[in-house]
Amino acid sequence: MTPSQLRIIADNIRIDIIKSLAAAGSGHLGGSLGLADVFTQLYFQTLKHRPAEPNWSDRDRVILSIGHVAPVLYATLAHSLYFPIEELLTLRKLNSRLQGHPSRETALPGVEVSSGSLGQGLSVAVGMTLAAQIDKMDYRIFCIMGDGELQEGSCWEAAMSASHYNMKQLIAIVDRNYCQIDGNTNDVMELEPLIDKWKAFGWNVIQCNGNDFDELGMAFTKAISSIKKPNVIIANTIMGKGVKSIEGNYHWHGKAPTLLEADNFIRQILSSQL
Amino acid sequence: MTHYINKGNKAPKTGFGEGVLEAGWRNDNVIVLGADITTSVGLNLFKETYPQRFFSFGIAEQNCIGVAAGLALSDKIPVFSTYGVFAALRTTDQIRVSLCYNNLHSVIGGAHAGVSVGPDGATHQALEDIAVLRSLPNITILSPCDATQTKFAVIAAIEQLNSPVYIRFGREAVPDFTLETTKFDIGKAQELHSGNDLCIVATGNMVWEALQSAHQLKENGINARVLNIHTLKPLDEKAIIKAAVQTGAILTVEEHQVFGGLGSIIAEIVVQHHPVPMEFIGVMDCFGESGQPSELMQKYGLTSKHIEEKAIHLLKRKLT
Repeated sequence: MTPSQLRIIADNIRIDIIKSLAAAGSGHLGGSLGLADVFTQLYFQTLKHRPAEPNWSDRDRVILSIGHVAPVLYATLAHSLYFPIEELLTLRKLNSRLQGHPSRETALPGVEVSSGSLGQGLSVAVGMTLAAQIDKMDYRIFCIMGDGELQEGSCWEAAMSASHYNMKQLIAIVDRNYCQIDGNTNDVMELEPLIDKWKAFGWNVIQCNGNDFDELGMAFTKAISSIKKPNVIIANTIMGKGVKSIEGNYHWHGKAPTLLEADNFIRQILSSQL
Repeated sequence: MTHYINKGNKAPKTGFGEGVLEAGWRNDNVIVLGADITTSVGLNLFKETYPQRFFSFGIAEQNCIGVAAGLALSDKIPVFSTYGVFAALRTTDQIRVSLCYNNLHSVIGGAHAGVSVGPDGATHQALEDIAVLRSLPNITILSPCDATQTKFAVIAAIEQLNSPVYIRFGREAVPDFTLETTKFDIGKAQELHSGNDLCIVATGNMVWEALQSAHQLKENGINARVLNIHTLKPLDEKAIIKAAVQTGAILTVEEHQVFGGLGSIIAEIVVQHHPVPMEFIGVMDCFGESGQPSELMQKYGLTSKHIEEKAIHLLKRKLT
């Protein structure tokens, strides 16, 4: 697919994220919109997967360590035909398969693991990679993390173990948007020098604009061709990307739009396509 | 009823290691994770026999639980063990979300249970692990009574279940008295001594002490039933209700905090179904300390003599 085709898919995913959050009345909009391009790149370009056969044994695995951006995972899975798009409107509602944070209990196709408590996903991804190594399988394990999440010490326990076992099949993606609930990551708890930290833990570090399909494509290609080290893609994204009026505003980390705001946000996305 | 004799003292961790080795011999999917104290928890046996299925993860227990989840999601059966204080408490959130919420088949060995850890003192004596873990949905909690039973407990955990399991065992070599031929029935209380005057409900290495006190009580004309609760969750509620109905007095015995431990577990059932007088032996809302294991068991009131005295006191309450 060309970058412009991917962009159309990403915009449609954004529109469904906004609709599902507005219907839910709560949820995390900013990070979900910011990651729409990374998810589109993953599911429509990079991943080896079969939506009609979600448990296919050779599939690449996706671990969403930041469970709160479930809306972008759900919208992407629906657009990839894992389940009907209409189901997105049940997000966060009673008896829905679309829990506020992804749940394996509800058996939603495409959800590999329950998540929501930060700092656990990379460990789970390391365990999956270890199993792939034991079984001599060559599928890849993608773990999507937040930048604020890296303040959890357990992330670094996992990072240390991935390089110890030369987990070249493991690709972590850090959503570097500098935003967390209390404010800018620089103020809440400094993460820099972030590249040096990952390098010091023995990882192959790739940086890219996480809202640009040319750069995302190159970053994933590089990560996939690693010969020994685990890989981390630090994807610089803009929280709220696609909706100009809220871009970069950390107040939209954990908020859902009202129906009126949703209408306005969707218009902004559509008008940017003209 | 079988008269149990001590075949010789043996550390439960040895039974744990033997059980993992045997189950691992039968099933290639058994994978063992080490957290730097592999020999202390008996897993050196497996490590030496199957080095290609043993993975060291260093002193990083939270990561170990997540790794176990990832392995279990990939059809492996992970076994992870360290001291109970770290295995159950440092990792509680990982166990809750990554293992229990996902409901993944995995085995966590909680070694160094109770004050009988000895000179290392309070930080290394697991006294709260049952209380914390029993509140988590989907988990099974086993607390075998000696080395032989620990071996069969871990084999059952690996071969009979398909969900998270915590197995608790002590450090000291203690009397090894259960039979190799006894089947380990997860969720079934074992009656080791019969009697209808009162029922002593015990778990872990306190079961042997309970048996000794029952023998002593018998010499004084008191017939105490002894139940071994090797499965704390799910509990054999029927056996407890039956004991309450038939004996009318229940004494619980554990090397763990009574609050949230066996004492609470049994009381919850007794008060709901058939309230009778109860007494509790265990650690009473305090930390342990350094000392020789036998000195500590004495100081914290965890010997057969203490059980006997408490049983007589309970019997008086029942009869007045």
